Amino acid sequence: MKKTMSGAVAFLTGILAFPAIAESTSQLDQYQLNLTKGVTDISAEVYDLHMLMFIICVVIAVAVFGVMFYSMVFHRKSKGAKPANFHESVKVEIAWTVVPFIILIFMAIPAAQTLIAMEDSSSPDVSVLVTGSQWKWHYKYMDSDVEFFSVLATQPEQIANKFEKGINYLLEVDRPLVIPTGKKVRFLVTSDDVIHSWWVPDFAVKKDANPGFINEAWTKVNEPGIYRGQCAELCGKDHGFMPVVVIAKEPAEYEAWIAEQQDIQRRAKEEEQKLLAMNMEMGELMEVGERVYLATCAACHMPNGEGLPGAFPALKGSDMALNDMQAHIDIVVNGKAGTSMQAFGKQLSLKELAAVITYERNAWGNNTGETVQAKDVNALVTGQ
Amino acid sequence: MSTVTDHAHHEDDHHHHAPSGIKRWLFTTNHKDIGTLYLWFAFIMFLTGGAMAMVIRAELFQPGLQIVDPHFFNQMTTVHGLIMVFGAVMPAFTGLANWLVPMMIGAPDMALPRMNNWSFWILPFAFTILLASLFMEGGGPAFGWTFYAPLSTTYSGDTTALFVFSVHIMGISSIMGAINVIVTIFNMRAPGMTWMKMPLFVWTWLITAFLLIAVMPVLAGVVTMVLTDKFFGTSFFDAAGGGDPVMFQHIFWFFGHPEVYIMILPAFGIISAIVPTFSRKKLFGYASMVYATTSIALLSFIVWAHHMFTTGMPVAAELFFMLATMLISVPTGVKVFNWVATMWRGSLTFEVPMLFALAFIVLFTIGGLSGLMLAIVPVDFQYHDTYFVVAHFHYVLVTGAIFSIMAAVYYWLPKWTGKMFDITLAKWHFWCSLISVNVLFFPMHFIGLAGMPRRIPDYALQFADFNKWISIGGFAFGLSQLLFLWLLIKACRKEGEPVSDQVWEGAEGLEWEIPSPAPYHTFETPPVIK
Amino acid sequence: MAQQEYERYYVPDQSPWPIVGAVALFLIAFGAGNFVVESTSDKDGFGGWTLLAGLATLLVMLVGWFRNQIHESMSGMYSAQLGRSYRQGMAWFIFSEVMFFAAFFGALFYARVISVPWLAGEGNNAMTNEVLWNGFEAAWPLLVQPMDALAGGEASTKMMPWTGLPLINTALLLVSSVTLHYAHVGLEQGKRSKLIGLLGLTIVLGSIFVVLQGMEYVHAYRDLDLTLDSGVYGNTFFLLTGFHGMHVTLGTIILIVLFLRCLKGHFTPDNHFAFQAGSWYWHFVDVVWVLLFFFVYIL
Ligand code: HEA
Ligand code: HEA
Ligand code: HEC
Ligand code: CUA
Ligand SMILES: [Cu+2]
Repeated sequence: MKKTMSGAVAFLTGILAFPAIAESTSQLDQYQLNLTKGVTDISAEVYDLHMLMFIICVVIAVAVFGVMFYSMVFHRKSKGAKPANFHESVKVEIAWTVVPFIILIFMAIPAAQTLIAMEDSSSPDVSVLVTGSQWKWHYKYMDSDVEFFSVLATQPEQIANKFEKGINYLLEVDRPLVIPTGKKVRFLVTSDDVIHSWWVPDFAVKKDANPGFINEAWTKVNEPGIYRGQCAELCGKDHGFMPVVVIAKEPAEYEAWIAEQQDIQRRAKEEEQKLLAMNMEMGELMEVGERVYLATCAACHMPNGEGLPGAFPALKGSDMALNDMQAHIDIVVNGKAGTSMQAFGKQLSLKELAAVITYERNAWGNNTGETVQAKDVNALVTGQ
Repeated sequence: MSTVTDHAHHEDDHHHHAPSGIKRWLFTTNHKDIGTLYLWFAFIMFLTGGAMAMVIRAELFQPGLQIVDPHFFNQMTTVHGLIMVFGAVMPAFTGLANWLVPMMIGAPDMALPRMNNWSFWILPFAFTILLASLFMEGGGPAFGWTFYAPLSTTYSGDTTALFVFSVHIMGISSIMGAINVIVTIFNMRAPGMTWMKMPLFVWTWLITAFLLIAVMPVLAGVVTMVLTDKFFGTSFFDAAGGGDPVMFQHIFWFFGHPEVYIMILPAFGIISAIVPTFSRKKLFGYASMVYATTSIALLSFIVWAHHMFTTGMPVAAELFFMLATMLISVPTGVKVFNWVATMWRGSLTFEVPMLFALAFIVLFTIGGLSGLMLAIVPVDFQYHDTYFVVAHFHYVLVTGAIFSIMAAVYYWLPKWTGKMFDITLAKWHFWCSLISVNVLFFPMHFIGLAGMPRRIPDYALQFADFNKWISIGGFAFGLSQLLFLWLLIKACRKEGEPVSDQVWEGAEGLEWEIPSPAPYHTFETPPVIK
Repeated sequence: MAQQEYERYYVPDQSPWPIVGAVALFLIAFGAGNFVVESTSDKDGFGGWTLLAGLATLLVMLVGWFRNQIHESMSGMYSAQLGRSYRQGMAWFIFSEVMFFAAFFGALFYARVISVPWLAGEGNNAMTNEVLWNGFEAAWPLLVQPMDALAGGEASTKMMPWTGLPLINTALLLVSSVTLHYAHVGLEQGKRSKLIGLLGLTIVLGSIFVVLQGMEYVHAYRDLDLTLDSGVYGNTFFLLTGFHGMHVTLGTIILIVLFLRCLKGHFTPDNHFAFQAGSWYWHFVDVVWVLLFFFVYIL
């Protein structure tokens, strides 16, 4: 029985000493073993609550296992222990019903207080509509004209172990969400397809994105910085590949950023209109198309266009991609209701749409030789 | 041949009752045969589900995608969960109930022997369907064992229909099994076997059976809604038609939470049988154990939404479910304290079943305490859907339910076969399992707290070291189970020393008064209970 | 020694029927799983045939098993204790059915009390309505679904009134419960003609119910545009009444079998478990209907 004892002792000291282990084995900056303290008042409260619960649990465990191991060591038959006769006691039973109950009340009170504070999303300074879809986030600032998609930026080659992995492997996006520090930012969380969950550990915010409903959460970040999180609800194949990155900036910087974005987005729309009059070369379309395809479509239809039989159709050799151009444009722009084929019309520019459709009609042996131009797509969008 | 003791001397008379060949197993109405079938089936499923866990752990050994693609990874996670829950733990407990309940209460057999056979034989077919779907176009279920809509409806593959129907027939099997147990206990107790004399294993199974009958039909209902949402245009879980995806979760967890207690209450019964035996002292607080089990079962109906704290429920609901969940710790604590009090000033020895039982008490408590932490809503926002949850439920399920099943097998196996199992091998099995299981699941707490989400095939670099260790622990734990397989094969081939009727010094109860091996038909007339 | 004191409990010998039943369920599940896909897409395969084969096997199994059972029962192999086992088994089975319906009633209540009001902005869901379903208003029955509201459209679905067929059906079922009860009384009193007459009447009432229910569905689809896919109102309406209707159909078949057995004189005043089980089942189906009538139609 020595083994059990020493094993258990090692085990318990292990639990208690883990902050120390964390120190010694740390290789990366974020390397940690415990919950983050985060960067908001709430997240700090949550951390304290976590430590309180943890310590209570360890104390209970030590007490219970202590008695148990004592008995295992000293009440052994091999040591000549004779069994005692007692086998019930109402008093004892009541005691160990009531005492835990009281402990629970002590746990519940601070928990309830923190919870109520967390759920009060009233009177925000900034509101952002956060929409999950397979497998990216869309952010829309409710008080200004800025909206954009935020997609995983890690190179596929890193995931496939061909390139060396960067420090923020899987936790980097092309366009992070930007929010001001010191302001109450409210997140209106929803989804376009399946359930996702928007999670930033440093804010202690995790809210499910339920399609058709809007959940509210809020944060007030104390320090500027880059904060990383992930989608926390199984949402299909690439659930592991839809990170959340938030940059908190000083309010002045934030305002400047918003203004800049508004400008950029306005100019992009103007650009778009100009494009309608032009025709693009096959070569250019294919080049842009390939980039867009790999970034946006390959997750489902696979880089080789063969899809995943039974889940995502092949585009290589597909009847639609070979023959029916109108239907092809339509399904890419409007998606197909009731399937995971989403409407890309508002995600991609006219040029990108035209390019990706052209690409699909000419790649992997789909040699239709046809090009699709921005105006073709626009015709469908505007219903002409 | 009319009394129990007579059997000892007329054992041979009974051999003609045990038909031989394949028909014995296909057509059987004997609770012991059916129990054996259930147990072997459960073990095979454990190996199958375990093999899938090995795929998961191999993929997670390093960051990056190396062995399987994400879609297949999700299928592995899902089917691993489903198989372990419905194919391994539940049938194993039903198998134990089959073997033991009639022997413990002095009944000739289960109340409804033919239905018993039917309940069993549905299972291999149900799992054939589930497993077959993995090889079909679109692959098997890939939406988690919790199959949240609309991932399992609008966005799932066609094989969802097979998943739904296989769950239906599994449900039929469990319900029939549960009815059988409940009726046996109500109606087949030998005269004198009053309620408060029943062994706790019988009590816990009675309550488990009640839970099963209450919640399996709800599962059947919710999969039916998934089916109609996916194929027949209903919108139970679709806001566009006035439904709500979160409604799925409410109905699922109304089943799901009692389900997790279905997987632990019989374990409590087993531990309550083993600890007194090897402490040579009566179970402390028998009556309070019964009340505690009942309270756990009743509370389990009002805590379901603790799985859904992040879904955006109103604060009042979150508070209610938090408090109700925390309350469950009280009766569970009573159980743990009673076991410890039973050991206190006993005369302890550490045979293999006792080793597993002790490991159970410690490790289950660790799992229970992390459950308590999960119940605290504000922190659950941080824990939810991370490996902290995975750590929690593997502690209660693997070192809880599975360890208790192993303890039970070691405890009663000599009674079943009449031979002592290979003790050295069993000790190896225990120590290898104990160490590797903690290497496997303990670090999951850390990576969970550090922020690793569950159900992902690839992860950020800061989780790499621990995942490597976890995987190594996983492979070691998997290999350790092969020792168990070997031991069981040897036991079934009746190798080993013959044992006495009582088998373990200190064992008490009807099953220890009949011969070892237990005769094919135990009590043709009811025994007399002192 | 104890031989006289205790009745022997009948433990049946080996039986082939359970495994036949398991095979039947396998074929049904596998067949149905494929059939559902095949019938809702343009794929083809053997799903339907497998399903039919399964149902046929199940029928064979039921006939074989029950014949076995009846034979044993009539040759007096059963004890009173076994009778109790059957009764308790049946009671728990009915409890499981109650819980099955509870899941659908739960869905109905959730939709009415929670999801529909939330979509209309109640509770902390103001933004849900404002941003996603602008213009949607809560109502029950839900005739204008959230997606219709977005399209600015009017409802084409109409509500199913509780007067008319549903009311008649309620009366039919309530009466049938009474007739069945007195048939049972007749059986216990050994009054054969009372038994057979009232049981026959019950069967007629049950069959009329099923037929009327079918007519109601036709009416719903043709005139009210109330279909399986017209939002949660239609969903809960059809699933609840549909599963109930299936239970009535099954109950009627059970009663018909009991009727034939009564004609053959299988039951005696103190040995008629099958009859009792069938009648419990029927009463249960009635109670479900009453709840259904109240919550689905009236409220
Ligand atoms: C056998 C199965 C089993 C058991 C017994 C339990 C027991 C408990 N579980 Fe667990 N649980 C699961 C299986 C189980 N669970 C599974 C499978 C999941 C994940 C499902 C999924 O999402 O896939 C899960 C998830 C889960 C969650 C959701 C987490 C999340 O997704 O965010 C929560 C939250 O409250 C929870 C809580 C609890 C609690 C409070 C108990 C309590 O019953 C524990 C009580 C025991 C103790 C507390 C220890 C002993 C007591 C004492 C020594 C007394 C003194 C102590 C005090 C008074 C503090 N569990
Ligand atoms: C009783 C239930 C039970 C049991 C026993 C287990 C046992 C194990 N589980 Fe699991 N698990 C669940 C229930 C269970 N699990 C559930 C419900 C989920 C959630 C699913 C979901 O998210 O939907 C889950 C999820 C889950 C995950 C998370 C997956 C994810 O989120 O993506 C992981 C990851 O490590 C894991 C690992 C393991 C391991 C290593 C074992 C080991 O204990 C298994 C050991 C057994 C064997 C290995 C078999 C024996 C050996 C052989 C067959 C020979 C081959 C061996 C080698 C090649 C070494 N399980
Ligand atoms: C989240 C997964 C997903 C992504 C990302 C995706 N698709 Fe699809 N796509 C689907 C699914 C599922 C279908 C099948 C729809 C159906 O059932 O008809 C589909 C169908 C199609 C079809 C019709 C194929 C046929 O032969 O019927 C085309 C063309 C297509 N997608 C193009 C694209 C393009 C272009 C992109 C990227 C801009 C893209 N898809 C991104 C899932 C996806
Ligand atoms: Cu999005 Cu997981
Ligand atoms: Cu739970």
